[in-house]
Amino acid sequence: METMGRIAERFAALASRNEKALVPFVLAGDPSLEDLPGILDALAVAGADVIEVGIPFSDPIADGPTIQAADQRALDRGVTPTMVLDTLARWGRSEGPPIVLMGYLNPILRMGLDEFAARAAASGCSGTIVSDLTPEESGEWREASRRAGLDTIFLAAPTSTDERLDIVCQSSTGFVYAISRTGVTGAAQAAPPEVTDLVRRIKARTDRVVCVGFGISRPEQVAMVCQAADGAVVGSWLVDRLASDWNGGAGRGRLIDDVRKLKAATRG
Amino acid sequence: MKAMSVASGKGRFGAYGGRYVPETLVPALDQLEREFDAAWASAEFHAEFEAILSEFVGRPTPLTEARRLSAETGLHVVIKREDLNHTGAHKINNAVGQCLLARRMGKRRIIAETGAGQHGVATATVCALFGLRCEVYMGEEDCARQQLNVFRMKLLGAKVIPVSSGTRTLKDALNEAMRDWVTNVADTHYVIGTAAGPHPYPAMVREFQSVIGKEARAQYVQRYGRLPEIGLACVGGGSNAIGFYAGFLADPEVRLIGIEAGGHGLSSGQHAAPLTAGSPGVLHGSYSYLMQDEHGQVLPTHSVSAGLDYPGVGAEHSYLKDTGRVEYRAVDDSDALAAFRRLAELEGIIPAFESAHAFAPLFEAAYLPLGSRVLVNLSGRGDKDMESAVQLLEL
Ligand SMILES: Cc1ncc(COP(=O)(O)O)c(C=O)c1O
Repeated sequence: METMGRIAERFAALASRNEKALVPFVLAGDPSLEDLPGILDALAVAGADVIEVGIPFSDPIADGPTIQAADQRALDRGVTPTMVLDTLARWGRSEGPPIVLMGYLNPILRMGLDEFAARAAASGCSGTIVSDLTPEESGEWREASRRAGLDTIFLAAPTSTDERLDIVCQSSTGFVYAISRTGVTGAAQAAPPEVTDLVRRIKARTDRVVCVGFGISRPEQVAMVCQAADGAVVGSWLVDRLASDWNGGAGRGRLIDDVRKLKAATRG
Repeated sequence: MKAMSVASGKGRFGAYGGRYVPETLVPALDQLEREFDAAWASAEFHAEFEAILSEFVGRPTPLTEARRLSAETGLHVVIKREDLNHTGAHKINNAVGQCLLARRMGKRRIIAETGAGQHGVATATVCALFGLRCEVYMGEEDCARQQLNVFRMKLLGAKVIPVSSGTRTLKDALNEAMRDWVTNVADTHYVIGTAAGPHPYPAMVREFQSVIGKEARAQYVQRYGRLPEIGLACVGGGSNAIGFYAGFLADPEVRLIGIEAGGHGLSSGQHAAPLTAGSPGVLHGSYSYLMQDEHGQVLPTHSVSAGLDYPGVGAEHSYLKDTGRVEYRAVDDSDALAAFRRLAELEGIIPAFESAHAFAPLFEAAYLPLGSRVLVNLSGRGDKDMESAVQLLEL
């Protein structure tokens, strides 16, 4: 039996308190990379349980306009994967919420699978989500991640067949990321009711922890998702918010207030 | 950098190809693969496909012996006339095949990306013929430089969606089409216009375009009683080239050459020549040569030709490059434009800017051995480029 990863520990602790997870997503480098440590601290203070840190990519085909624009701004600022990992290493909180890197395969491939996994782990990251990597193509990446002690989180979609859900669950460690709707990332007015269907389908086949993302931005949506799932990911709303109202930390108090409201919605 | 291994074995050409897509699309790709395999094994599908190619597209396209061009270059040049297809390029071969599949799958909405607009026009045309809804993504820059094709698509009943993200060219149109597909996959088929993308596209598009090479080989042998020594084609995403090569890959004596867009020159960095000057990586669902920076970000491209202005290339070309079976080479904008003009003056044929790239090596001193028997695939006609030509050549 392998030792429990930090993500699993976190979900076990939440379960024992009868709480679900709030999982905010931020794109590293937007606002600037120098702001990232302060943002992560603020999210931790506000009650984030796991934080997804996006690595900017030039061609984010699974992302809607908000995150695309953030990617572009980060790249325009010259942000590279190495700089993101170095920033996380300097931030280096071993006590706070575990960090999950989220991005696309090519930058990882370019650095080299083993090299990237080793550096991510050395920077204090606990796992990865690679938006354009399916379990079938991920053999070497899972090996590299296992050697480095990183969780590999795969995505389940409403279009996934039961057979594919089994493959996704078997390949995922840490948690399974259930996509709320067929579509790209982006805040929505209402979380679609079918999200709970997908979570139930996954839960019927596995005891894996399931978090739901895409289109979740408000406390009611978090609460709705957390009725079925173990956590809710809030991405585009936060990316937008940081771009418009972080202001070098001047918006920190307002951000903490709003993220606390999202967190409160995970306590049922 | 190390290649990913052949994890699933699906749709691989050596290490290249595969299926690197968001999970949401995997079931649709599985369905497409099953449908294509079944269709391609069925005599009925072939009969339907071939009937449309003959009575609507106008196939077979002829071979034209280019006598004045031969005299000027000291080569024996023969041209495969894909420009004479209905809508003016090879793109329609693939559009017919994929729209037939969409119809079999019961998908009534078709989306496509287009660079030069030829694939968009071809897809809009077949959708009109079949009564399918059609929406085409096209980079803003390409909408401007290929405006005639935007008008054609509109007239054919398609909706043209200008794409303003990134470099506003073909790569970004593909990104937007992928995002649309991720969102509307239940009722939509994505007709990718080249031999790139996730499995099964590269193999499927090659099969639909292989009619070019099969016809050309048979026509050449019938006319000259032998095979050509050299085969030339331009390479954007690689569909006309792979379809043309398909007729000759099993003939080791035929030297195959692929011409990429050298833009302002390879040393300028402003080009679209991933096979000649790039390195392997993952873009748009497959592992293949790619123009990328040291951090794995995809680089902006430049070519005078919108259809070649793309940083990636179909996976099979990467394999053919590594095995040495096909030789890839880049031709600058200026040499392509010179060839564009000479082909018009010498043969009465105005080629597409894309296709003009395939002719440029004929004029290059000491590249091809004098007297060689050369077969060039002329992938499309140049009407769409007249506005740009007026400016660039000061006509
Ligand atoms: C006439 C013509 N030739 C070639 C191309 C390049 O595409 P491919 O490499 O897929 O043949 C295009 C693309 O728009 C085209 O319109």
